[in-house]
Amino acid sequence: MYGNDFGAPEEASGGGLLGEVEAAEAALREAAARQRRRVPASDDDLAGFFAEIVEADQKIEPRDWMPEAYRKTLIRQIAQHAHSEIIGMQPEGNWISRAPSLKRKAILLAKVQDEAGHGLYLYAAAETLGISRDELVDLLLNGRQKYSSIFNYPTLTWADVGAIGWLVDGAAIVNQVPLCRCSYGPYARAMIRICKEESFHQRQGYEILHTLAHGTPAQKAMAQDALDRWWYPSLAMFGPPDGESTHSTQSMAWKIKRFSNDELRQRFVDMCVQQAEILGLTIPDPDLRWNDERQAYDFTQPDYDELMRVIKGDGPCNRQRMAHRRQAHADGAWVREAAAAYAAKRAVEKKEKVAA
Amino acid sequence: MNGPFEFTLRLGDDALIAAQRLAEWTTRAPEMEEDIALANIALDQLGAARLLLTYAGELEGAGRDEDALAYLRDDREFRNCLLVELPNDDFAVTMAKLLLLSAYQLPLYTALAECADERLAAIGSKTRKESAYHLDHAALWVKRLGDGTEESHRRMQAAVEQVWPYAAELFAPDPGAPVDPAALRAEFDATVTAVLAEATLTRPESGWAPAGGRDGVHTEHLSYLLAEMQVLHRAHPGAKW
Repeated sequence: MYGNDFGAPEEASGGGLLGEVEAAEAALREAAARQRRRVPASDDDLAGFFAEIVEADQKIEPRDWMPEAYRKTLIRQIAQHAHSEIIGMQPEGNWISRAPSLKRKAILLAKVQDEAGHGLYLYAAAETLGISRDELVDLLLNGRQKYSSIFNYPTLTWADVGAIGWLVDGAAIVNQVPLCRCSYGPYARAMIRICKEESFHQRQGYEILHTLAHGTPAQKAMAQDALDRWWYPSLAMFGPPDGESTHSTQSMAWKIKRFSNDELRQRFVDMCVQQAEILGLTIPDPDLRWNDERQAYDFTQPDYDELMRVIKGDGPCNRQRMAHRRQAHADGAWVREAAAAYAAKRAVEKKEKVAA
Repeated sequence: MNGPFEFTLRLGDDALIAAQRLAEWTTRAPEMEEDIALANIALDQLGAARLLLTYAGELEGAGRDEDALAYLRDDREFRNCLLVELPNDDFAVTMAKLLLLSAYQLPLYTALAECADERLAAIGSKTRKESAYHLDHAALWVKRLGDGTEESHRRMQAAVEQVWPYAAELFAPDPGAPVDPAALRAEFDATVTAVLAEATLTRPESGWAPAGGRDGVHTEHLSYLLAEMQVLHRAHPGAKW
């Protein structure tokens, strides 16, 4: 519905990626329709059965045998994604109370609500791998599992809400579209749904910046300042360069991951350049230029030392984000206990009724 | 004499300020599901506020749209009831507020759906369905907390006592209005009494009855709420967003 509020060109706002999501969805249906061997021939055949499914681009389902490391990798990755959705509500939630029009307030509130929904959906996908949501939440709260570093940067102005939508959601989509073809069925299906909504969010963010960039001089300056601060952290969202990425090779073999960090980062840069031009904003990289030979843009890499510092906990908002999450969890404890106690009383009553 | 503008403005302001308070829960709710539910209710209230304020602006005929009314009035010009501007406090207080608000809005919007003004009737027939859900949600939590643990019972009883006095203002008679709030009191009482009884809570005695919201005389809380809500809009006069 909000998609009709503005007329940004399809290509300029990630429309091509949405096409890829739809193609992945079609492939998922086809794969489901193709007959696959339902069960391994024998217990000695487990690894062969698994490899065959992955090789044939079929989906591994929760009850299938899978290597322990595959299960662990998926739990780590899906949980980190779920935590990112939940923590990611904070920087944008920061502007709900001050949104500059009632329409923007409604759009932003709905967006942050969508993120909570994504978090729940992803926790449910992780639960199919044999871990509970409560355990995962504990792993987040005690710092043993991470969330995306980008959410450790502050939203200082309204334009940051636009920049998060355009760049952060944009980078997330570039990262996540290939996950729609991930070998693990529940994750692939979750990603299809999430990518569709993220694409919508990205358009909204882009449109916020478009309005600001075509507004008063102060609004345009606000938009440029947001781009200046969010550009490199967004590039860092794709992770360390390929040579230094610890989880990549095995994940590629398992078809959890399908493109390298650097490939996805390049795709993102190439997508943003034209969009920035339409916005009339300047990407803060003096070395950004088209390379005819590579048919791609050359660009300055983000500061990976900074990325490592933020991952380790020393970003501008790590402490604040975690303290907020822990506080909300602690403040809600008595409510959750009450709900459990109430449900237990009702269950006893029901039993007594049945017995009588 | 309060014209339809004043009446519509009151309803719109109730919904707007309720939405602003409910949205404060985002990222802070006791459960993730509840975060989503509270955002949903806030969005419903905000949606109602936008329809009502837009219509109020048209009734006034002075060229004010929903944003002019929301962002460019001071607290003395707001006409919301005091109940909605009270701070959220703990989850029990928020649910007590929502119970009273929705038990008032449901019969209000239901009556509005039958009123002679077509625009208000259309708004009422949309919002009454939402109010029914809000009431359901609040009632369920009041019961869970009232009949949950010792601590939740204590907090829920305290919350009901804290917000109960603010219910009186909702039903101040306004015989000329499209819906006279005084006519809604009986249904409100029946609804709330039943919920409190099932929640093992004691209905407070009526006594102190703070009021003034309908005349723009608010609690100290409202101008802080507005300062935050309006700051960005007011910092860029005439800008489009």
